[in-house]
Amino acid sequence: MSARAALAAGAWSSGRHGLAVALFAVVVLVTLGITLWAGRRGRAAEDFYAGGRGFSPLQNGLALSGDYLSAASFLGVTGLIALYGYDGVLYSIGFLVAWLLVLMLVAELVRNAGRYTLADVLAVRMRARPVRAAAGTAGLVVSLLYLVAQMVGAGSLVALLLGTGDGPAKTWTIVGVGALMIVYVTVGGMRATTWIQIVKAVLLVAGSVLLTVLVLVRFHGDLAGLMRTAAERSGAGDAYLEPGLRYGASLTSRLDFVSLGLALVLGTAGLPHIVCRFYTVPTARAARRSTIWAIGLVGGFYLMAVVLGLGAAALVGSAAVRRANPAGNTAVPLLAAELGGGPGSTRGVLLFALISAIAFATILAVVAGLTLASSAAFAHDLYAGAWRRGDGTQVTERQEVLAARLSAVAIGALAIVLSLFAQRLNVAFLVGLAFAVAASANLPTLLYSLFWSRFTTRGAVWAVYGGLVPAVLLVVFSPVVSGTAASVLPGVDFHLFPLENPGLVSIPLGFLAGWIGTVTSREPADPARFAEMEVRSLTGAGAV
Amino acid sequence: MAQQQSFDWWDGRLPGRPAALWAGVPAQATPSPSASSAAAAAGAGDAPAPAVPAPGAVDAAEVYRAVQSSEAFARIRRDHRGFALPATALFLTWYLFYLVAQAAAPELMRRQLAGPLNVAWLLALGQFASTFLLTWRYARNARTKRDRAALELRWDTQDRLR
Repeated sequence: MSARAALAAGAWSSGRHGLAVALFAVVVLVTLGITLWAGRRGRAAEDFYAGGRGFSPLQNGLALSGDYLSAASFLGVTGLIALYGYDGVLYSIGFLVAWLLVLMLVAELVRNAGRYTLADVLAVRMRARPVRAAAGTAGLVVSLLYLVAQMVGAGSLVALLLGTGDGPAKTWTIVGVGALMIVYVTVGGMRATTWIQIVKAVLLVAGSVLLTVLVLVRFHGDLAGLMRTAAERSGAGDAYLEPGLRYGASLTSRLDFVSLGLALVLGTAGLPHIVCRFYTVPTARAARRSTIWAIGLVGGFYLMAVVLGLGAAALVGSAAVRRANPAGNTAVPLLAAELGGGPGSTRGVLLFALISAIAFATILAVVAGLTLASSAAFAHDLYAGAWRRGDGTQVTERQEVLAARLSAVAIGALAIVLSLFAQRLNVAFLVGLAFAVAASANLPTLLYSLFWSRFTTRGAVWAVYGGLVPAVLLVVFSPVVSGTAASVLPGVDFHLFPLENPGLVSIPLGFLAGWIGTVTSREPADPARFAEMEVRSLTGAGAV
Repeated sequence: MAQQQSFDWWDGRLPGRPAALWAGVPAQATPSPSASSAAAAAGAGDAPAPAVPAPGAVDAAEVYRAVQSSEAFARIRRDHRGFALPATALFLTWYLFYLVAQAAAPELMRRQLAGPLNVAWLLALGQFASTFLLTWRYARNARTKRDRAALELRWDTQDRLR
């Protein structure tokens, strides 16, 4: 027990984390190698935004799950399960069920109707300039929020895994991760980003399978025994296996969880970095098959995460997990050390370093995907599509790709600065917020455009801003920003909205705003453009 | 020029790309890449009306409306929506029921079933199972009912647009 506590406290750092540092360096070198190799193969917009559209369904399915399973999933969800048992499982389910919406209503139709971004789909029916301005802005906001969440997580995580503690190490990690993601995207574009996702997804699945098998072997395949031992060692007893350990304190906290669950299940279909992925395959059928692969991989991963979280509680103990990190973020690496034979043994050190390196690769891959999505939103939607130029000329493809590369640098730099200021914020909250904004601003307008014949340009613009603005405002006036000790501004109190996640209110508002905008429109919807949308989205006629 | 070449390469790779989509730019005239990217739909500017076809080009809007009202397309749309919309309603209701049950009926969720398994765990595993099941059913529905017809209609539509 004392050895574990020492490991948890980070006193393990005396040279032994050298192996982890070496493996981190290998991850960086391999990903840079992939970037250089992929960056030389084609420089057209098609290559930069869509990786040449030549990926297979399995490759894209791996990349989709790689984009989706961030460090918040690998380390965060398993940590939540290790600490809160059933309530951690509850959290992971929204992330999986959300894929059904992507599969049935989004993947194929978006692949057929669009070109590089979500706004392309809206532009089929609507006046291009206003809807591109709205959807591009919403895409940028969602991607930036998600990016900041991942980078803040990266900072504390790497500091924790390497045992360097807080302070400058965290700051330099954020700057380093930011610099790497800028290089991946500007040099390698979508092709490099996709290959990095594929490598990361394979590593993540292999690492999870290895640890799951080791946990099951340790318990001789007795899942009931695993659950009982986990409940025993969690310190909470039977309550560990029941709902309410984390989200059951009051009616407000339960409502907050319903709000978060709604945001998770409706947000995935509006995440720009997920939608972008469907353009890397040649056809809608391939988009569907890659989504099916992704559902299999994501579902399998979360099932394994349950075993890993229970295993961490049973073998490491919830108290030791909480001592290492109050949010439980290091539960899986600690479990790896334990399964290898304890923190002191060679195999324990090896397994700990291996799992830490996989977590690091996970962070790098996800931030690269997000940077690419935000540079596409900026260059393709705002710069080339929405902004007027004085001389009335069109942007050439070469100019647009140059703008995309430059904006990747600018967005990366902005994300670094924001992350340095946001280090106090809770990572899971930031991710939940990104999902809530995506569900409020992007999903209503996307579904209306695909399925509602009377939907108009005004409706589309109102749906985007009508979801985006309330979502952001409700957060500003929530307990997250002011009013409690854990707030961003703990000294003042101007909170008016009781929930931390705005989804419960802002998602219906997005749908409502789209409806009001449509029925009050002066110009009616053009039936010919809707015919084009329907025919293109369902058959793929005219798809690139 | 490298960009122009790579653009031409994939343009030529995909047969039956409807020229009429670009506001009547003839297929033979090298389409400016940005014109095509900025205007996946006809008309990059603010004009909401369908683009006026150039002389000799097919009126894309007419073709799309004709295809939309055809029996073949109606069947594809029915096969997609007939499955996707009820299935979406079903899984969203089932997920929201599960979510609200935690908030509204925590006592029921705690009821023990077998060994350490209680109602809450059973419902959670049920969510996993229903997600996999619906994915499989949707894929089978699309493969057997929709794929072939959609592909035929795609080539047919693109031929008419040429």
